[in-house]
Amino acid sequence: MVISTVSFDTASTEFLEAEPLGPLPAPSELSVHGGLSHLAALEAEAVFIMREVAAEFERPVVLFSGGKDSIILLRIAEKAFRPAKFPFPIMHVDTGHNFPEVLEFRDRRVAELGERLIVASVQESLDKGRVREEPGHDPSRNRLQTVTLLDAIQEHQFDAVFGGGRRDEEKARAKERIFSFRDEFGQWEPRLQRPELWSLYNGRIRKGQHMRVFPISNWTEMDVWQYIQQEQLEVPPIYFAHEREVFKRNGMWLATGPYLHPLDDEPISRRVVRYRTVGDMTCTGAVESGAATLDEIVIETAAARITERGATRADDSFSETAMEDRKREGYF
Amino acid sequence: MVITMRAPGQMDLLRFSTAGSVDDGKSTLIGRLLYDSKGIFEDQLAAIEQTSRRRGNETVDLALLTDGLRAEREQGITIDVAYRYFATPRRKFIIADTPGHIQYTRNMVTGASTADLAVVLIDARKGSLEQSRRHAFIAALLGIPHIVVAVNKMDLVDYDEEVFEQITSDFAAWSAKLEVHDITFIPISALHGDNVVEHSNNMRWYGGPTLLYHLEHVHIASDRNLIDNRFPVQWIIRPQTDAHHDYRGYAGQVATGTFRAGDEVIVLPSGARTRVARVETFDGEVEQAIPPMSISMLLEDDIDISRGDMICRPGNKPTVTSELDAMVCWMTDRPLEAGHRYFIKQTTRTARAIIDDVRYRIDVNTLHRDEAAVALHLNEIGRIHLRTSTPLLVDEYRKNRQTGSFILIDETTNDTVGAGMVVAPGTGSSSIDAVADDLSEDAPAA
Repeated sequence: MVISTVSFDTASTEFLEAEPLGPLPAPSELSVHGGLSHLAALEAEAVFIMREVAAEFERPVVLFSGGKDSIILLRIAEKAFRPAKFPFPIMHVDTGHNFPEVLEFRDRRVAELGERLIVASVQESLDKGRVREEPGHDPSRNRLQTVTLLDAIQEHQFDAVFGGGRRDEEKARAKERIFSFRDEFGQWEPRLQRPELWSLYNGRIRKGQHMRVFPISNWTEMDVWQYIQQEQLEVPPIYFAHEREVFKRNGMWLATGPYLHPLDDEPISRRVVRYRTVGDMTCTGAVESGAATLDEIVIETAAARITERGATRADDSFSETAMEDRKREGYF
Repeated sequence: MVITMRAPGQMDLLRFSTAGSVDDGKSTLIGRLLYDSKGIFEDQLAAIEQTSRRRGNETVDLALLTDGLRAEREQGITIDVAYRYFATPRRKFIIADTPGHIQYTRNMVTGASTADLAVVLIDARKGSLEQSRRHAFIAALLGIPHIVVAVNKMDLVDYDEEVFEQITSDFAAWSAKLEVHDITFIPISALHGDNVVEHSNNMRWYGGPTLLYHLEHVHIASDRNLIDNRFPVQWIIRPQTDAHHDYRGYAGQVATGTFRAGDEVIVLPSGARTRVARVETFDGEVEQAIPPMSISMLLEDDIDISRGDMICRPGNKPTVTSELDAMVCWMTDRPLEAGHRYFIKQTTRTARAIIDDVRYRIDVNTLHRDEAAVALHLNEIGRIHLRTSTPLLVDEYRKNRQTGSFILIDETTNDTVGAGMVVAPGTGSSSIDAVADDLSEDAPAA
């Protein structure tokens, strides 16, 4: 659909007469309709949510995986709190199975921001006997992260944890609140969620409980890429098309590397791929793509017919309610 | 496949709510809007096709798209508000989709609280039933500026213009008493797609827009209140570094009105006056801040301001009051009664509140006012009077959805238990009274 001309309703000019608008905000923030653009509105909402948490909680923390959604969280935090420092540290739950390019990016980005990074390590949880590797060939540590995350929340006494979850990602997430209450065990109880009205977020909790907060709940994958493009944010190189050794497992292109061992019937090939999501190497699949620039990624995202998790995450394919089940246990 | 890309700055955002029960075609309608606008992906469709087949359904059950939780999928019910997203080159849409059963008034209110527009579904065979009227009433109560009445299942009444006209005039007569200024009626068949995205060849008598066209073009920029300047202070930015030694930025979201450097402002509740030195964001100075921008405001004078204070214009202020008359939707099992205490959160201010009086309860189906009510139970809506421990800075909800809304929080469980809309700051009465009076004329006497 192409809209060739744009006309304003007379109603909007009445407002101009009542109180002259004068010079308008930055052009990119206004839509042709005269209100804020969708990205400016989503950004304003996310900034409001972050400030609300900073004001109402004692010890917040922002999760940062190096992936695109948490890259947005850090930019929103800059928008909310600069020129001051963030009123909270940054935390990465490190499975020990990360893409090296992403770890390198993580450290560089945190250093640029001049903020404090806490690394909660799944390997340490394994060493301490808090968790055990799952059985089977090339086990994923995805599910183990929950224990490491909850232990870190307890150790640091965090009472609010920002995550980059989005409601368009997954059907259980579509029902989760922006302020998502967790009990003393870190559990999510979908049927006992607090109603969320207007922008009046209820941050009241007791000691030992905590809140997961999702400032970009209302963003879609497309919004995320458009925002990255608008803000010219750096993302790890694995999001762009590159040549990589891969093999097919459970219908997904997985990268060869230290944590994955292709079986005899899983032939290795070199392909031009990119990642739509960034997670544990053992369960994050690549998609065949030639999109090598942000512009090309936006166009590819617009044409995509498969959801990002459907295309790239083995961990969601276990059952219809795999994400809900993990979330109930305290997952991101 | 041709993709038309537009710069993101050329799209805006429309939030709308839908409500309805299992059989009125709401899921089909949402499914069609999402599918036709590419808001449903192939793997999602494949997953629900598989589930539908496993359950022995002959057709794909689009309701499964919005039923996300295990209990919902197992029991075939929708227990909560689900948010869905789609976009056209012109607009991004957020749908707050709520179930329509009577016990879910609470969810309908939640979904409506942030909506710019409500889509009220009417089954063409049945005319406007209680449920559609209840949804329209809640939409009006929550101050949603635009209502679309989608008369669905037109295929089952032979696309008959007279049926549509009859429903339209019945509903229009009833809704004239609601405070809604923009109601649009559209005859559709969600199942066959008539007038949803494409104009219907079966209803050539209908000359209005399709549903999607209307959603894309309805003018919402003028819904914003640009007159009453209200800036609730949310957070204070104090870098305390050498580079920004004296920097003090009052951060928050513009609730209503506009702010720019040089404006004379008053800070409530203290009453201190100063001027705006600068309005800025991370990206630099902003010449004029409009709602709902999140900004920082720097003031000319160093005055004592904390979270919960409000920056306004001297000639246009909210009421500073510790007494409120309000409509409340009750959202928990333990009823609201006179004497009960809660936390109240309104803008960025939190105080304690005590309920003085339950004045009446409104039956959301008949709109009858029950003055004998002494309590509000789960999913009931009524008028109350309350007092707060510290003054709040409020406007009437019908004039300002941002500064006229509040939530009540249980002191013991910390749950959000009530959604409130200020009818009158202090003890007075206002036009919502008149509306409620008008509405109850239709209703049977007590």
